[in-house]
Amino acid sequence: MRISINWLKELVDYDMPTGELAMRLNNAGLELAETHVYGSPKVAEGLELPENHLTWENIRLGEILEVKKHPDADRLRIAIVDCGEGPKQSVTGAPNIEIGTSGQKVAVAVQGAKIFNAYSEDPNPAPTKVKPAKLRGEKSEIVLCSERELTISEEHDGILLLETDAPIGTPISDILGDVVLEVEITPNIARCLNMVGVAREVAALAGGKLIVGEPEWQDEGDPVDDQFKVDIDDSEMCARFTGSVIRGIEIKPSPFWMRYRLTLAGQRPISNIVDITNYVMLEWGQPLHAYDYHTIKPKAGEDVPYILVRNAKAGETLVTLDNQERKLDEGILLITDGSGPIGLAGVMGGLDTEVTDSTKDILLEAANFNFINNRRTAQKLKLFSEASNRFSKGLPPHLNELGLKRAADLMRQLAGGTIAKGFVDNYPKKPEPTVILLPGREATRLLGVELSVQEVADLLTPLGFECEIQGDDLNVTVPYNRIDVSLPADLVEEVARMLDYDKLPTRMLADVLPPQQANLALQGKLRVKQVLAQLGLQEIINYTLTNPKTVELSHPKGLKVNPEAFVQLENTLSSERSIMRQTMLPTMLEVAERNWRFQDRVGMFEIGRVFLPQPGEVLPHEPTHIGIILLGDRDELSWIQDEGKLDFFDLKGMVDGLLAGLNIHDADFKPTQHDMFHPGRCAELRLVEDAVGVFGELHPRVAEAFDLEGRVCAAEFTLDALIAHVPDIPDYTPPPRYPSVVQDIALVVDQSVPNDEVESLILDLGQPLLQTTKLFDVYTGEHVADGKRSLAYSLTYQASDRTLTDDEVTQVHEQIQKGLQEQLSAEIRGLG
Amino acid sequence: MIDVLKQEIDQIREAAQADLSQADTSDACEELRIKYLGRNGLVTPLMQKMKEVPNEQKAEAGKLLNGLKQFVESEIEQAGEKLKRGEQDVRLKQEAVDVTLPGRPVPLGRLHPITQTLLELYDIFAEMGFQVYQTREVETDEMNFQMLNLPEDHPARDMHDTFYTKDKGVVLRTHTSPGQIHLMKERCPDPIRAVLPGKCYRFEQTDASHEWMFYQLEGIAIGDNITLADLKGTLNAFIHRTFGKERKVQFRCSYFPFTEPSMEVAMSDKDGGWLEILGSGMMHPIVLRNGGYDPEKVSGFAFGMGVERIAMLKYGIDDIRQFYSNDLRFLSQF
Repeated sequence: MRISINWLKELVDYDMPTGELAMRLNNAGLELAETHVYGSPKVAEGLELPENHLTWENIRLGEILEVKKHPDADRLRIAIVDCGEGPKQSVTGAPNIEIGTSGQKVAVAVQGAKIFNAYSEDPNPAPTKVKPAKLRGEKSEIVLCSERELTISEEHDGILLLETDAPIGTPISDILGDVVLEVEITPNIARCLNMVGVAREVAALAGGKLIVGEPEWQDEGDPVDDQFKVDIDDSEMCARFTGSVIRGIEIKPSPFWMRYRLTLAGQRPISNIVDITNYVMLEWGQPLHAYDYHTIKPKAGEDVPYILVRNAKAGETLVTLDNQERKLDEGILLITDGSGPIGLAGVMGGLDTEVTDSTKDILLEAANFNFINNRRTAQKLKLFSEASNRFSKGLPPHLNELGLKRAADLMRQLAGGTIAKGFVDNYPKKPEPTVILLPGREATRLLGVELSVQEVADLLTPLGFECEIQGDDLNVTVPYNRIDVSLPADLVEEVARMLDYDKLPTRMLADVLPPQQANLALQGKLRVKQVLAQLGLQEIINYTLTNPKTVELSHPKGLKVNPEAFVQLENTLSSERSIMRQTMLPTMLEVAERNWRFQDRVGMFEIGRVFLPQPGEVLPHEPTHIGIILLGDRDELSWIQDEGKLDFFDLKGMVDGLLAGLNIHDADFKPTQHDMFHPGRCAELRLVEDAVGVFGELHPRVAEAFDLEGRVCAAEFTLDALIAHVPDIPDYTPPPRYPSVVQDIALVVDQSVPNDEVESLILDLGQPLLQTTKLFDVYTGEHVADGKRSLAYSLTYQASDRTLTDDEVTQVHEQIQKGLQEQLSAEIRGLG
Repeated sequence: MIDVLKQEIDQIREAAQADLSQADTSDACEELRIKYLGRNGLVTPLMQKMKEVPNEQKAEAGKLLNGLKQFVESEIEQAGEKLKRGEQDVRLKQEAVDVTLPGRPVPLGRLHPITQTLLELYDIFAEMGFQVYQTREVETDEMNFQMLNLPEDHPARDMHDTFYTKDKGVVLRTHTSPGQIHLMKERCPDPIRAVLPGKCYRFEQTDASHEWMFYQLEGIAIGDNITLADLKGTLNAFIHRTFGKERKVQFRCSYFPFTEPSMEVAMSDKDGGWLEILGSGMMHPIVLRNGGYDPEKVSGFAFGMGVERIAMLKYGIDDIRQFYSNDLRFLSQF
């Protein structure tokens, strides 16, 4: 919404500098987007002006004395202009001053004036300084300005022609200078999508007085009831329809003042009748539609033009004003006449009934349509007009009459029409005024500011609320234009707006502190994040939307993704983001791919939700997963680098580190098969009986699919399964006070015997003195038979209550050796 | 007898002094120590001779012998220590490195800047008694809109460009506010103070300041005595803790369907302008009622902010798309 301050001042008498007013409105909910200053008007005093602002200094009102042909250029004219300093000459290409004419009022930029450089390619060019020049041999001392050159609009096809009684030589800023506040209007402030609405706010917020009253009404024509009839099919769809007939109008440009206001409001002037409907919509907020009276058909067998507001029937069509044929459905509300549809109610009129240059008589409509239906229609047809912008937010039917009368009166004044006697008013659903019982303490209860009932009443009254004190409470009658107010809380907001939020009291939370509760899921998640970062992995956060192809790429064995099995979007921004992820790795691989191009080592993790549709349930399950990707050089390039490449055991080490960091000790690793992974380098992590997830090296074909090289390690775990096993309090044993004894053991066993079997047997056999085992060598090759491997462990013996003797240790050590020989057919090395 | 002994002692003393003057390494000193004081050293046989010394002379002989032993011992030790230090100095000189050579690389992991920002926000709000509560990302239309006073076809739905799923009535949440309803239903009638973080989704084209996926952090407080003044105080404290005490805070009327009155909050920037930072308000009576509370007896406030925006303002990041493109060269700087 663009608010012209000069226009505003005709509607409300207030005394507040424009900058302060803008902030007051801004703080009261009319968010200031931009302040546009035109020239150097009084109302701009105190405003900060942008760089390159045109002050319009040395631009004056002039009158054309003569327009002559340029002797040497067909497209140029010579205008002799009086701007208070005697005749001056301008060479111009403006097509809207014809040779031989005179008397036009123009904006003349004399020497020293700065105007917008309308010929520059630069969107924000430096101003042009006017100086005398010669054009094709003829002197040009002054510039006759276009709207563009004054930055009033983009219009530059001709020069600006004014209509004014001001004396020649008057500074143009005194005539056209203005400030326009551009404000954002939220849906609850739709009442301010018009100047009268803004004026009401200004009156209340800036302590002003409304000047605007009821429109004039001089109905001197034949009775309107004999000239057309209106029926409404469904009062839910159309609460009120008012209409008037204005006869004998002349279509011509509207007067300059109206065109200028429309221009500053961001609208293009067209001709008087259309301009008047737009102007009244901007002034009062009531959208209007003007039909050519003679195009409206009577009902069959009757002779008076007939209008019926009804929903469309399947198969009906209408060619709208923009010359588009619209296919209609039963959800669309129509204006129809005796022959069929003539307009989309509150959205756009029909082409056949529009006002043309030859129109003499007008049928004027000011109606109220259901805002939901209007929204749906506008969205369905993707037709967003100024009218539907207002209808779709809801309008009070009270407004119909005001808008109708104002527009009819302007047509009388500006187009020479005669208004029919009376006006058609089909008003099946007149709303009762809203009355709210506002508890006297409500404002205090919600705002924390001490206010008496009287003070609350005094704050609400300037906004048009009628307040009646009833004991401790307030009985508030809501004015017709405040359809956004229906509850006590709405009135409290009005109180807050009047007091200014910025000036309301502030305090630290004084209420009792609610019982505080542990959030184990969050603590667990954050702990896992911390540990993974400590292990040298970078956290990433990915989009949760992906596409079937990415998922397929990560399954090299020809997985065919059925999008139906995913949470699938109805509306997508791109085909890349059409389904919600069910696993972390595919989208993480894309990130790895992008980073791999400029990194020798990629180590990253992500913790986030995946989305698993459940049969028979409306919403998917959303478990949190942990994904890890690790590939490339073990160390980044360095002069003392470890040349090794990351592999399964680097990742395994991180998994071990993760578990250790979480104080989880009973992990179980089993070889497993998974589509995405290397068949021989993939493990399942189990904690007691819970499957936590898989990790390992990805299948080389997955790596290839994402342009990754070497062994790509990856893990995907379920967070809940992992943190379920984090002990609340870790098991703690004091550091040993007695020395330990370390002895090694080396054995040769079948390769099929996994390490963890050997280790757990050693630990079993060594109880209670054996504290830890550490594998320090794995060997196959020379001196070890085929199918066997040699494993060497370092065993630490210790007692908590004494220093162990050699004999004690030897006895247990031998017991272990014996057990390994018996139970695993192990050959103990170093024993003859 | 004692004279012979004396003579021998003097000889050994002189020999040792001569030897020591020749020793030029700490190892040579060690050899001398063995030569004189070792088990088969030159001093040891003299001790045997003590037996032959008559009793009345034993004390004197003992004194002489000990004197020799101590003399040799300390001479050798002093010489050895001196040499050792010299040798160490030489070695240290040889061991000098170019300290400007890079260190052995250790991979360093970091948390995503959004996680870091969230953690900081959790801490700040925890100090004021707000605890974290998380809810789902895929929601019903009812929870995302209707329960929050956004019935179907409400004009304010224009403010929420929504991702719809193929399942009718199921949407990707457009804000964290459906969490308010979950939380209220869980805790009613207890008072509440919580922050609700999480991913949200909007069906809109991305640019430097818009992402279709983003994090919100929402806060709510419900109780017998919660007012807009408490809300202002809480938000003041939050802004001053996060961005510094010198920030001015501006409160203005705004519109959100789930709060009434609604309030937008901006803070001052370095150039005297205002930066919008969050939306807030007193919880709408309909929303409180949908959560199970009696809006005539209790009141509540709610506020919500974009976590990316907080991070952008904090770190001076000018393009929101940086966060989820996950370029390690970006992420590794936080």
